[in-house]
Order: sequence, then C-alpha cells, then structure tokens
Amino acid sequence: MIDYLRQVIFKSYVIAEMEARKLVHDPTELITRAVQPILWLGIFGEALSNVRAIPTGGYTYLQFITPGILTQSVIFVAIFYGLSIIWERDMGLLQKLLVTPTPRMALVWGKMISAGLRGLCQVVIIFLFTLLLQIHLIWTPSTVLGIIVITMLGAGFFTGLSMIIASIVKTRERFMGIGQVITLPLFFASNAIYPINIMPPWLQAAAKLNPLSYMAEGLRSLLVTGNISRLPLDLLILSAATLVISVISAYMYPKVVL
Amino acid sequence: MGERPTIITVNGLTKKFGDFTAVDKVSFSVEKGEIFAFLGPNGAGKTTTIKMLITLLAPTAGTAGIDGHDIARDPAGVRKAIGYVPQMISVDGSLTAYENLMLMAKLYDIPAAERGERVRQILEFLKLEKFADALVRTFSGGMIRKLEIGLAMTHHPRVLLLDEPTTGLDPVAKQNVWEHLLQLRDLYGTTIFFSTHNMEEAEDVSERVAVMNAGAIAAIGSVAELKAKTGDPGSTLEDAFIFFTGNSLQETGNFREIRRARRRERR
Repeated sequence: MIDYLRQVIFKSYVIAEMEARKLVHDPTELITRAVQPILWLGIFGEALSNVRAIPTGGYTYLQFITPGILTQSVIFVAIFYGLSIIWERDMGLLQKLLVTPTPRMALVWGKMISAGLRGLCQVVIIFLFTLLLQIHLIWTPSTVLGIIVITMLGAGFFTGLSMIIASIVKTRERFMGIGQVITLPLFFASNAIYPINIMPPWLQAAAKLNPLSYMAEGLRSLLVTGNISRLPLDLLILSAATLVISVISAYMYPKVVL
Repeated sequence: MGERPTIITVNGLTKKFGDFTAVDKVSFSVEKGEIFAFLGPNGAGKTTTIKMLITLLAPTAGTAGIDGHDIARDPAGVRKAIGYVPQMISVDGSLTAYENLMLMAKLYDIPAAERGERVRQILEFLKLEKFADALVRTFSGGMIRKLEIGLAMTHHPRVLLLDEPTTGLDPVAKQNVWEHLLQLRDLYGTTIFFSTHNMEEAEDVSERVAVMNAGAIAAIGSVAELKAKTGDPGSTLEDAFIFFTGNSLQETGNFREIRRARRRERR
C-alpha cells in the first residue's frame, strides 16, 4: 500500500514534469489563453461595472467578477485536457504510457497537476491585468497560498471530468461538441459572474451542485471579501469532488484506447 | 522448436466485440531470443492479439503469459517484462529525444543514479547523440522509429513487441531499424515479436512466422516450412501467405486502420 502510494506520487510528478517541459518548449499557448479572461474583465466587466445592475454586496462589479473570471479561465484550461488524451490516443502516446508500469491514478493526477500549473499561469496573468485595471483585491501571502490550493483542486476536478468525457465520446469531433455544451452551462449555472441569490430557484439548485460555484466562492472570499467563514466548506467540497472524480477517471480513461 | 525455453505462451486466446469475434482461440508460443513475425492482412486480428498481450485489452476467453506473468492476473509483471512499439507514433514530438528517454527511464523505475547513463547509452546505440536536445517533431520518420525502439528498450525488457515497425519507412530507414533490432537481440537476448504485412521483411529477419487470417492462426512455422506446405517448391512467402489467407489480401481492414496506415505513409 505504502509502496503503491509512493509510486503514485512519484509517477504523478514525472508526468506533471513532462507536461511542464512541453510548456517551456512552447509557451505560446499561455499567451493565447490569456486573451479570453482579459476580454471578460476588460470589456464585459468594465461594461457591467458602469451599469451597476448586479447586486455585489458593496464591492465593485470588477472586484466581484475577477474571482469568477479566474475560475472560468482555470476550468477552460482543465476541460481541454480531455482533448489532449484523445490526441495522445490518436498519436499512440497514450498506449505507450499505459503499457509502462505506471499506476493509472498517477496518469490522472499527473494531468491534473499539470492543468493546475497552467491554471496558476492564468492566475499570474489575471493578477497583472487587475493591477493594470486598478481592481482592488486582497493579495497577501496567505490568500496567495489559498488561491494556489483552490486553483489546483478546481483544475484537478475539471481535468478529471474531461478525461471521463473523453473516455466516453472517444473522438475529437464529438469531444469538441460536448465540451461546448458543458462548459458554458457550468459557467452560467454558477456564481462566477453574478451572485446565486439573483438566480431563479431551479438555477440556484444547479449552482449549488456545481463545483465551479465553490471554487469561485472560495476565491472570492480570499480575494474580495476577506470573509473566509465558508472557505473550509468550499475546500472540503472541492477536495472530495476531486478525489471522487480521480477514482472514476483512473478507472474509465484507459478505455479510451479501446 | 529448438532448445530454448518459451517466453510467450498463448492458449486459446479469444476476443469478441459484441457478436464479432476478432480473435478466435489463438494458441502459439514464442521462444526466448526468437524473432517471431506475425503476418496477416489488415483486420486479421493481429493488433487485437497484440493489445491483449500488452495488457491493454482484456481477453474474452483463453490465457496468455509473458516471461511467467499471466496477462490477466499479473498485468504489472507483464508490463515490466515487455517493451512495446505501437503502430502509431509513441514519442512526444513536443519534447526532446533526451526528455522522451528520461521520461521512460523514470516510468520504468530505473534508479535515479543510473538514468543519465542509461539514456546516454541508448542515444549512442541509436546514433542519435547529436540530436539529443532537438525536439522530436523535427525528426525524420526513420529517426522517430529508432527513438521509439530506444524508448521501448530503456528498461532492457525480455520481450519487445512491435506493431508494424517499418510501415511507411524508406528502404534505408527500414534496414537501419532492423540492424538495431538485431543488435539488441544479440546484446541482451531480447525476444522480438513483430507484426507486419511485408513478406520480404518477415522472410529476411524472422526465425518463425505465424500467419493470421480472419481472427485465427492459419499457419505457423519457419518460412521454409510454410513454403513447403503450399505444395509448390518454387513458391515465395507471398504465395504461401495468399495460400493460407485465401486471397483475402487488401480486401479487409477498417477505416481506422487504413487511416492510420496512410498517416504513417505520409511521413
């Protein structure tokens, strides 16, 4: 058991390191991925900030929306990972990895960690942009630590989810379709860009089941309100959801090669 | 069969996908250090059989063992004993040759102190030292294939399984790949099991050949034995192939396999 855990941890690190190296060889992806959150903040956020139509509890709309946009850009990175395993399957790379004595869980966690690292790059980009827009947020060592933990967990959950989807749909074309169908509803059925209490009841119910809401809520409590009374709950839900999805994903995704 | 111990044993191996039987009660064995060719037309069940042997696909019935490890009961043991080179590209184009090899060294649990030396040895063996730090996406088809063999050899496996290793390579690259494979066999006594539909290749390098057709083994033996079985003394292995597979050459194969083969050819 201890041996297995050691294997899982070491090999997760090996896979994540490999993914990080790819990013170092070709960092253009980081730049292209920065465009979307910058548009959301710079255009959507600025525009709605002037309208003042959404009750944000005494904070500016830009303050309110920044954690939501952070959440969104992290999960969009993570949802892309399912596509990468289909791609690796088509190439033959995945078969090769599955034939090595690597625990399945390590292949899943390795991907989750590397999605988390890419997510953290988004955090840095958004941080710089909030400085430019002069959005006042709480940046202290402890909030940064909290943001790192929440980003890794959130990225982990959605990476796992996308790997499960990939193992069901199996082709890139279908995945692209499903990815579109899933990401936007997840985003809108959450508190990312408006508070849950202004939603109709059915949407509130959906938002409360949506891990994305807990991620946005956790980030918002750290960055905007400083009221972290619900943070333990957010972390607990995100950790549990990520763990459950890891187990399902480790079982499901080797089937993508069949 | 010679004096050597068997290293691959396959007994009644069967795989069904719904109503379709892709592999039907296949039995054969391969000796240690042997070079064994797995021949058959597209869609004959070669790749499915290999996928079961490398533990990616669970058999519907039957058993198989590699180096004493059962593929169903001890997949972890099998994975350590084998190296596998898939039909498709199994190197990561966005990493360097060195990084690709290092990744395998780590995944195969080669101790940290030995990894650097092992990777250096492989690069030297493949004569790719000069390209160690180049991104693999800049490599030619032949270099990629050699590197893939290097990756599969990182942990000095007992058995190397290759799925159509030379499809799409030019004759020089093809020869170069085989020179390296034969050298490996001589150095480490590695058993080489490869699938192909190239008759010449099977005839040139393999000690024994199994011809697979419509999910079953149609014939097995040395090239000379197979030729003799056709009853025509002047026959080639190609004649023997057509004799055993009943002219089914090129009539089967599904869209996906053909697409894969074409994709390779393009390189």
